[in-house]
Amino acid sequence: MTGTSPGNAVLEAVDLSVAIVGTTITVVEPTSFSLAPGEILGLVGESGSGKTTLGLALLAHHRRGLRLSGGRVLIRGQDLLRIPPDQLPARRRGLIRYVPQNPGTALNPGLRIGTQLAECFATPPANGNDHLLALLEDVKLPPTPALLRAYPHQLSGGQQQRVAIAMAFAERPPVIVMDEPTTGLDVTTQAHVLQTVRQLCARHAVAALYVSHDLAVVATLAHRVAVMYAGRVVELGPTGRVLHQPAHPYTRALIEAVPDLDRRTAVAGIAGQAPEPARRPAGCAFAPRCALALDACRAEPPALAAIDTDHLVACLRPTSGRSAPAPPSSSPVPGASALPALEVRNISARHGATVVLHGASFSVSPQTCVALVGESGSGKTTLGQIIAGLHHDWDGDILLGGAPLAHRSAQRSAAQRCHIQYIFQNPYSSFNPRRRIGESIAMAVRAFESPSASDLRRRVAEALDMVALPREAASRYPHQLSGGQRQRAAIARALITGPKLLICDEITSALDVSVQAVIVRLLARLQQEHGLSLLFITHNLALVRSIAQHVLVMHGGRIIESEPVDQVLDAPQQSQTRRLLADAPRFSAAPVTLGVGDG
Amino acid sequence: MSRLARWWPNTATGTIGAILVLLVVAIALVGPFVAPHSPTSFVGASFAPPTAAYPLGTDALGRDVLSRVLWGGYRILGLAGIATALGVLTGAVIGVIAGYVGGLIDEIVMRLVDVAMAFPQIILVLLFISIIGAKLWLLTVMVAAVHAPQVARVARAATLRVAREDFVRFAEAIGTPFRRIVARELLPNIVAPLMVECGLRFAYSISLIAGLNFLGFGVQPPAADWGLMINENRIGLMGNPWPVLAPVLLIAVLTIGMNLLTDTLARTELGHGIETGPVTTNATPDIPEPERS
Amino acid sequence: MRPVRAHPLRRFILRRLALGVLTLFLVSVLVFAATEALPGNAARAVLGRNATPAALASLETKLHLDRPVWVQYELWLGGVLSGRPGRSLVNGEKVLAQVAPRIRNSAVLLTLAGLFGVPLALLAGIVAATRRDGAFDASVSTIALALAALPEFVVGIFLVILLATTVIHWLPPVSLVPPGTSVLARPRILVLPVLTLMLVIFPYIFRMMRGSMAEILESDYIEMARLKGLGQRRLVMLHALPNAIAPVIQVIALTFAYLAGGVVLVEYVFAYPGIGQGLVEAIFARDIPVIQFDVVVLAGFYVSLNIVADLLAVLATPRLRTAG
Repeated sequence: MTGTSPGNAVLEAVDLSVAIVGTTITVVEPTSFSLAPGEILGLVGESGSGKTTLGLALLAHHRRGLRLSGGRVLIRGQDLLRIPPDQLPARRRGLIRYVPQNPGTALNPGLRIGTQLAECFATPPANGNDHLLALLEDVKLPPTPALLRAYPHQLSGGQQQRVAIAMAFAERPPVIVMDEPTTGLDVTTQAHVLQTVRQLCARHAVAALYVSHDLAVVATLAHRVAVMYAGRVVELGPTGRVLHQPAHPYTRALIEAVPDLDRRTAVAGIAGQAPEPARRPAGCAFAPRCALALDACRAEPPALAAIDTDHLVACLRPTSGRSAPAPPSSSPVPGASALPALEVRNISARHGATVVLHGASFSVSPQTCVALVGESGSGKTTLGQIIAGLHHDWDGDILLGGAPLAHRSAQRSAAQRCHIQYIFQNPYSSFNPRRRIGESIAMAVRAFESPSASDLRRRVAEALDMVALPREAASRYPHQLSGGQRQRAAIARALITGPKLLICDEITSALDVSVQAVIVRLLARLQQEHGLSLLFITHNLALVRSIAQHVLVMHGGRIIESEPVDQVLDAPQQSQTRRLLADAPRFSAAPVTLGVGDG
Repeated sequence: MSRLARWWPNTATGTIGAILVLLVVAIALVGPFVAPHSPTSFVGASFAPPTAAYPLGTDALGRDVLSRVLWGGYRILGLAGIATALGVLTGAVIGVIAGYVGGLIDEIVMRLVDVAMAFPQIILVLLFISIIGAKLWLLTVMVAAVHAPQVARVARAATLRVAREDFVRFAEAIGTPFRRIVARELLPNIVAPLMVECGLRFAYSISLIAGLNFLGFGVQPPAADWGLMINENRIGLMGNPWPVLAPVLLIAVLTIGMNLLTDTLARTELGHGIETGPVTTNATPDIPEPERS
Repeated sequence: MRPVRAHPLRRFILRRLALGVLTLFLVSVLVFAATEALPGNAARAVLGRNATPAALASLETKLHLDRPVWVQYELWLGGVLSGRPGRSLVNGEKVLAQVAPRIRNSAVLLTLAGLFGVPLALLAGIVAATRRDGAFDASVSTIALALAALPEFVVGIFLVILLATTVIHWLPPVSLVPPGTSVLARPRILVLPVLTLMLVIFPYIFRMMRGSMAEILESDYIEMARLKGLGQRRLVMLHALPNAIAPVIQVIALTFAYLAGGVVLVEYVFAYPGIGQGLVEAIFARDIPVIQFDVVVLAGFYVSLNIVADLLAVLATPRLRTAG
């Protein structure tokens, strides 16, 4: 029932489960799967699904506050969970290794790279440094003694992650668990690291469990994919099958929520949110959000069952193929002669002594959405903050509806401040934690007018209606809302003053993809209903097609490309844009086939 | 009643701390009204051991120890309270303004704070006392002056943390006036660290003032004072330990109780400050929190 | 991000030293201003309210009070810096001859307290952190919380009651030393003051060591090292301790700096012939040259240890040490 025949497996997990200490609340429900030598299994799920917990459980390890509550992990015939704790470190090291999420915190800041690499061997290698240099070469780092003498902080993020990978591969263990090792790296570095991982696994026949929230990354890397939802694997099968013919409704919805460069359709979200471990329903945990759910689904969780060779799904009503795709965001073409809603002319800006913008110029037509795309450090957030009056050290001109804007928001007229609204990246920091959501939204109104209490209450309620939040949310404190709900509230706060221009700074980057899709759809709808102009700042090129009509690509403080969406995505002019597009992980990557130990 | 209940600590440590503090405060404040004798009248031989009439015996000059203990606390509590309030208020105002305004003002203020903190505190107090004399107002002002720079540092750090948050930037973007940003956005979010600071500072005030009284630079004889009593009666420890032991115990119970209370406050209140959620998708490990009751 | 400047470490050290010298200068100005420049205070403070004008005038001349303020300051500072801070107003002895043995005695006290107290606190902190929430951790943490709350002199008095006068009579309650004798010749009188100082510094060092170690043991890279298969001893001693100790070293230095004030009370409790007790006696006797010199010495010790604390913190952190 586990996809590959156990006889051939290098790792076999049987009914592995993890619970919260002192309770019977399970974070990971009993889960079984196996890994063949050289196989990469992608473990995909949104935050809170238990994927990292399951990954660590393969090492017979868990974070503080959890416990391994049952099952077996067999590697080369040894059950890791039955090894006495005092022998575990020594016996585990030859069987399974771990690559952490954040190499910046996973390398010891006080020890040299060479020391940390040397420790990965149970017995010091005979030829000393040569061995370590070969390891560096393996992960495509310069094999120099200088690098061995370096401390972690002297390396870049990508280099640190390569060191962490080298440490895991050092003793050529049969299995490696990788926990989102490319999160936080830019797309180009990510592409290179992924390539290295793929080659190392193939060359040394190392099986890997690759934990990730990013379906596109998994599509380019994994032979098989396991999709996790609320502590259960709900679908498991070959990458091509799972991603192109998903059988579980959650998998299908998740795929539609992921922005894909090659798809000409808009992203679609999943309503509601995943239940926390203590609040999981008796039946299928996805049933409350599932359009196909039956009474039987709510009675007991369906077991993982084969619907095809190697393709397992935990659903009473498995389907095949994707549902009808949503249309791309329609493009209301503004009159060509219309005065731009916003015009930015030749803006240069500094952060202290560093020049971060070099003469950027662009304009936003009324009722259109312009996406501002670039890697971190390209200056896109600074540009947004300048327009909002939050960054003051700049030269150039900004015209809002033809009228020039002052540097600081405090020097601008009330009408100007009212007409430009800014939505921040981090929904956890954009509301005062000591104030109710309703009061925070009302504050935005009070800054510009003094309405009566009842009028204000009515307008706050209407604003919440607009973003599809229940009216009770007004009396909640920020910590009582989820990230997606807070971001809706932030949109409500921005809309209540009746703005002309909305600046959205990476507003979905802190959210799970299914929530991101819901927010993007909401924003696109509101833009059209209210005739807004939108400046949508993002690092995610694939997301652009779902919302924007026009794209500005930024690189090194300059706008290097300014074209309609399809033009940029399909026929980019600049080499940097082409590189960004080429390095972005894609869904439609040719399905990876297992070369080693298959069959 | 419910307001009171909200402030009552909800952990065992905090409860013990609150009880200890309230006990000593009650003795100090109610004491003068229930003392059986005058704290300054001579009632017997010196260092007489406890009897039914004088439950804690007599001190070096033959005065009733129990009465002196009951009279000896209100001054130190009052002085410590005033010094703490003065010091925390001054420090908080300086720290919040330096932290939020930033720039040159911040630089100047913080350099001054550095210099002020580079003096050994009790030595500084002793220096002024040696010239101006043992005056209670001087003691209070000096203790407050010792607190202010440290509180300013804490208040500034807390302000900087809050001022970076996006809700403050939002308030700036819609043109909220400076005073309202400080009062409505910043202050409510730094109350918790300031409360903790108040607790720490009060305990330290008690230590400092009791110490100065013990050295003889504060409350002057024949007045009854816990710190002074310890010094006056040390030579008689072999005869009657109570005139030393009773005030030492009361000071110990008060400071320990205060520390327990502050410790609890720091653990619970600071936990409810600003939440910082994940900035990039899934940056936090996906371990759910056990449910809160 | 920022362009790396040449020798950031040297710049930092020079900057810190300059700030220290500036602070010491301000200390000297303050000491001088408080004791001499306040009009009439010094001479009158010494002679009292009923002094004859002739006596006042003569003392003012002796103390150079008839000269302009900055000349007075120059004379005084010159004297302090050249090791000739003048003579005591009480017994006419040279201040340095009177204070030097006291400084030596205080140094003995602090050294012994550090020698025994610091390793004890560090060890307790490490053990408590590795067995977090265990019985040892819970009990020692509670004791540390109580000790941190107690004023120094209260700790001293408790020990006197416990070990000298009331409960058991093992040790002398006061540290009387005949003039001209070394304190080291009478180890018994050292026990109580040293023990008191050990208890005073214990909670700060213990809590810092425990907290720092516990935090590091929770860190990602320790989890990584554990998953790499390293044993507990190598994990704690090689991976965790060097990173955990950096902030603790700074706290140790700061704790000793704090003792510049603490010794005053503790020495007074035991009548221990150190600089702190000397200062209290000088204040009672209004012996201004001695007060000035004692305060400058104690403040100098405090400022120097603060600088040492900052430098140690940098040197113990590779990221800061190798910056640039």
